[in-house]
Amino acid sequence: MDRNNLQRQVAYTRRSLFDQGYLDDQFIQLEDLQDDANPNFVEEIVTLFYSDSSRLIHSIEQALENRPLDFGRLDNYMHQFKGSCSSIGAKKVKSECTQFREYCNAENAEGCTRTFQQVKQELAILRRKLEAYFQLARQAGGAQAG
Amino acid sequence: MVFGTSASTQRKFRALIADDDPVIQKIHKVLLNKLGFETQVVVNGKEAVDLFRSGAFFNLVLMDMEMPIMDGPQATRELRAMGVKTMIVGVTSRALESEKQAFMGAGLDDCHVKPLSAEIITSLLKKLGKNK
Repeated sequence: MDRNNLQRQVAYTRRSLFDQGYLDDQFIQLEDLQDDANPNFVEEIVTLFYSDSSRLIHSIEQALENRPLDFGRLDNYMHQFKGSCSSIGAKKVKSECTQFREYCNAENAEGCTRTFQQVKQELAILRRKLEAYFQLARQAGGAQAG
Repeated sequence: MVFGTSASTQRKFRALIADDDPVIQKIHKVLLNKLGFETQVVVNGKEAVDLFRSGAFFNLVLMDMEMPIMDGPQATRELRAMGVKTMIVGVTSRALESEKQAFMGAGLDDCHVKPLSAEIITSLLKKLGKNK
């Protein structure tokens, strides 16, 4: 695929991430920080996010195994994780985090457990989509002009 | 005029980022560097206080509200009690006005939801420039 087609595909893929609600404007703020001095900044931030988020996800998983549930602790962990999601513009994941916190406030254990699965699912979906996007962007950047 | 430099001395403004979130650390570091700041990062309020106690100087501190060991409000109170006049800007993911006001009461000059934007950092730079 020539460079022009690749670049069109990159733009289309990027646009769809916003149109389908996976990303919000904070992701654009990250893109604005990417330059010659930090050429892979966005991908580095996303990688850092997924590396750091595994720690919080693990803490929440462990806390969900305790009985009775400590809703205050769960809410605190999810607040931290939601803040992290906000940093990269992970809109759908953030929405699930908000839902989880509402279940914490209502002390609804079943709701927390169910919503946490949604959080992990959306996190995994976003990761796959972003990895595919970054790979395409690298290909477009390295392709010879047509 | 190059943002982030003192016109009289050509030295860069120095900013301390106190935050335990590695994603926020990196975003704020790159943002501040782009706007001309030299930056240093610490992961809790105690490290921030210890730096000032050791004689370090900063023009700006970005102080996270929730950190282990010593949180942002406590670190801010200690810095002000030490006589530190540096601009301290709180950053928090807590958006409730009451929570931000409580943090402001510790001695902040300003408080914003994180991550900060280029526009907010630029407005802080202008305040720093006026205070020179």
